[in-house]
Amino acid sequence: MTKPERGRSLLRFASPQHFYPLAGRLAPWFAAIAILLTAIGLWLGFFVAPTDATQGQVYRVIFIHVPAAWMSMFIYLVMAFWSAVGLVMNTRLSFVMSQALAPTGAMFCFVALWTGALWGKPTWGAYWVWDARLTSQLLLLFLYFGFIALTRAIEDPRRADRAGAIIALVGAVNVPIIYFSVQWWNTLHQGASVSLTKAPSMAATMLTGMLVMAFASWAYTLAVVFWRVRPMILERERHTEWVAAELERAGASSQAAGGRA
Amino acid sequence: MGQWESWSAFWDMGGAAFYVWGSYGLTFALIALELVLVFQRRKDTVQRLLRWRRAVGKDSVKRNGEGYTPAMESEQ
Repeated sequence: MTKPERGRSLLRFASPQHFYPLAGRLAPWFAAIAILLTAIGLWLGFFVAPTDATQGQVYRVIFIHVPAAWMSMFIYLVMAFWSAVGLVMNTRLSFVMSQALAPTGAMFCFVALWTGALWGKPTWGAYWVWDARLTSQLLLLFLYFGFIALTRAIEDPRRADRAGAIIALVGAVNVPIIYFSVQWWNTLHQGASVSLTKAPSMAATMLTGMLVMAFASWAYTLAVVFWRVRPMILERERHTEWVAAELERAGASSQAAGGRA
Repeated sequence: MGQWESWSAFWDMGGAAFYVWGSYGLTFALIALELVLVFQRRKDTVQRLLRWRRAVGKDSVKRNGEGYTPAMESEQ
């Protein structure tokens, strides 16, 4: 890596030294946005959106189920993107980003499956069926677990990065399969309620609540991933002057706070 | 209060309380757990790297801090 530029180029944030403080500054803002949007989304979802004509109240699971399912697919695609960037451009930060995203993606994937099961029981009569949508979503969870296990099991970070990147890229094929499964196969799971081409098939307040919750999930993901990536950067850059300085500062402030493990 | 006749009607969720609150409960529990783990990890990493720096002394900073180095355990 060349000397950091003094200019305003956004590219300088591709260097760990510049990205680290930026992530630290941005994370609390995204967390605040996430809390605010969650409050608005829950209020819309529980107090403004009407009772569903056929499902009654249980449909209110939708306000986490759909955003969680979207996030689980989107995060995997972002992981695949950073993995591709890392493999092609050999940038240090790219692989770290994809590894920082994985636990949050896995969490959302599990939430989508869990809320889907709790929604399926009263509406379909079963917590689980082996339909194409549910099965491909379960496969996504295993891809997340596989990625996390593999990148943590290999000790040489360079080899771990590459092995993880290959799982991320190969597994990304599963994401369009999940998304289009309700069209390609005859699934018990309903089709998309929201698409870019058709008017949404749900009440406006339900849709708004769901979208607000989706934006809340985005903000949460940005906050928690920025917080997670920071110690990963310290670990990898530990031989540099700036990490030495940052550690002194962090160590001094934790001692001042009385926090000695 | 909007869609609900009373708070007890709200908590009952039209008889679907288990499914609705089971969904929201687990989701927020997992988010809380994730945040705890993330901050715990930051604390652990800083402590461990400080210990490692004390152990290796000035050699911890290389003239050219580029690239990867072998696992920390092998350096101690």
